[in-house]
Amino acid sequence: MTSGLLFALVGAALFALGVAGVVLIDHLLRRILAFNLMGSGAFLVLVGLAQRNGVPDPVPQAMVLTGIVVAVAATALALALTRKLHALTGRLDLPEDADD
Amino acid sequence: MIDSLVWLLLLPLAWATLAFVLGPGRGAWLAIAGLAAQFALAVDLARIVAAGGVAAHVVGGWGAPLGIDLAADGLSAAMLLLTQGVALPLAIHARAYFKAGDPAGVWFWPLLGFLLAGLNALFVSADLFNLYVTLELVGLAAVGLVAAGGGTQQVAAALRYLFATLLGSGAYLLGVALLYGAYGTVSSATLLPLVTAEAPRLVWIAAGLMVTGLLLKTALFPFHFWLPPAHGGAPAPVSALLSALVVKASFYLILRLWLGPLQALLPSFAWLLALLGAAAIFWGSWQAIRAVKVKRLIAYSTVAQLGYLFLIFPLLPAPGALQAGVMQVFAHGLAKAGMFAAAGVMIKATGQDTVAGLAGAVERLPVTFFAFGLAGMTLMGLPPSSGFLAKWQIIDAALAQGHWVIAVVALAGGLLAAVYVFRVLRQAFLQAPVPDTATAVPRTLEWTAFALAAASVLLGLRGVELMQLVMV
Repeated sequence: MTSGLLFALVGAALFALGVAGVVLIDHLLRRILAFNLMGSGAFLVLVGLAQRNGVPDPVPQAMVLTGIVVAVAATALALALTRKLHALTGRLDLPEDADD
Repeated sequence: MIDSLVWLLLLPLAWATLAFVLGPGRGAWLAIAGLAAQFALAVDLARIVAAGGVAAHVVGGWGAPLGIDLAADGLSAAMLLLTQGVALPLAIHARAYFKAGDPAGVWFWPLLGFLLAGLNALFVSADLFNLYVTLELVGLAAVGLVAAGGGTQQVAAALRYLFATLLGSGAYLLGVALLYGAYGTVSSATLLPLVTAEAPRLVWIAAGLMVTGLLLKTALFPFHFWLPPAHGGAPAPVSALLSALVVKASFYLILRLWLGPLQALLPSFAWLLALLGAAAIFWGSWQAIRAVKVKRLIAYSTVAQLGYLFLIFPLLPAPGALQAGVMQVFAHGLAKAGMFAAAGVMIKATGQDTVAGLAGAVERLPVTFFAFGLAGMTLMGLPPSSGFLAKWQIIDAALAQGHWVIAVVALAGGLLAAVYVFRVLRQAFLQAPVPDTATAVPRTLEWTAFALAAASVLLGLRGVELMQLVMV
């Protein structure tokens, strides 16, 4: 097994863990952390799979940098909304949807 | 010479940033002026594409694989035209809607600009990774708009929407990563022959991940759970933007993958998507018929109308199916924007948001209910509206290929739409005393809603030009 494939497999496992976290966990901070885990998993797959004969490919690294910027922005937005919700309700989980 | 393609991306970014610098609640005129220019650019681009085929631009002179390629074909040009055409009347509507120092409108203008920049960039992106970035831009701006109201329900709806959209784009990104791992490129044009020639199992997984992620963002049944709270809870102009344009962006992307790089793989999922689409039509309509609040009703109607878009996938071998899909995107985009705008007027004028509370409201808001009725006509698919053309073409393509099930579903969906549209209209025409809570609303609000709804009907008369553009 090449190191690139190992990275990709670990990335896929991290992604799956992250998805499970985002879907199953109620606590908002943990959900945000789970989302970040998910993103890191995808980045690891991107960089890991793209190695050819042990030579890293620069293009996916540039993509991962862009992806990290997006993930940071998304995390910041999620944290800001979570703080707002905490200020309004004093809780860190989502209230039930008031479906008329 | 002005390059319309590039300015369609730069203009919204420019006025959004300026509106942000100007401060809270400012920038409405800037946005309207910018949007008027963008609309002219979109018309210009549509002309260029219709006459000369695909328009392309290489950003900064750095082409693929290192740089970013932008390209607009007929489908892109049509989507750009719809986006600017819906956003311009809605911006005029929103300026009147948020006038009275509404806290929900504080950051509306910058967020609107960033949303439109993201949408426009999405429609002209030619590689899968750039599409991911634009998808996230659209998602984040839309979440900001949903949260703008600042109440507990809105913030909760925004967070729920944010997690759904991040999950969706995360799955899409993993799919892109797998494709890059398999082929070493993310350019749509380069991928097409490679995927068609050989698709290992990894690529099937990638295709499944990308489509599932995009379905989550398009809110196709059963992934629609986030849509009604987000679209029903946001201020009316925001709901209109989200229902008319934002959900269409991820649908456009599915269509792009389907017709482009993944065309060898995705048709195996066609009937699954059509089945989910049919379920969406029935479930969404049923929930709309039961809804207590007007905006919930319209939001569930969006769930139902999105179902129609997925009925076209098994029919795509016929050329009429793609035109039917795009016509449905236009019909629903214009009609739903008009309908949400009209609902906003009703809520402002009656001071409450239930269907029951609209009793007798037609006397005070004749133009608004006329707009609601016209938009309803398009949703039901009555001639000569664009909704009629869309449904006619779906049924025509379905019967030509012997898939009568699809034709039956499309017809039944039209009947169900009539039930929930007439639920609102019937209530409005009841005899009722004018309540004390009645407030006057600015004329602009009523007429912009009317313009959008009327456009959805009149488009039916000029549908041929649109269909020709799509086939470029």
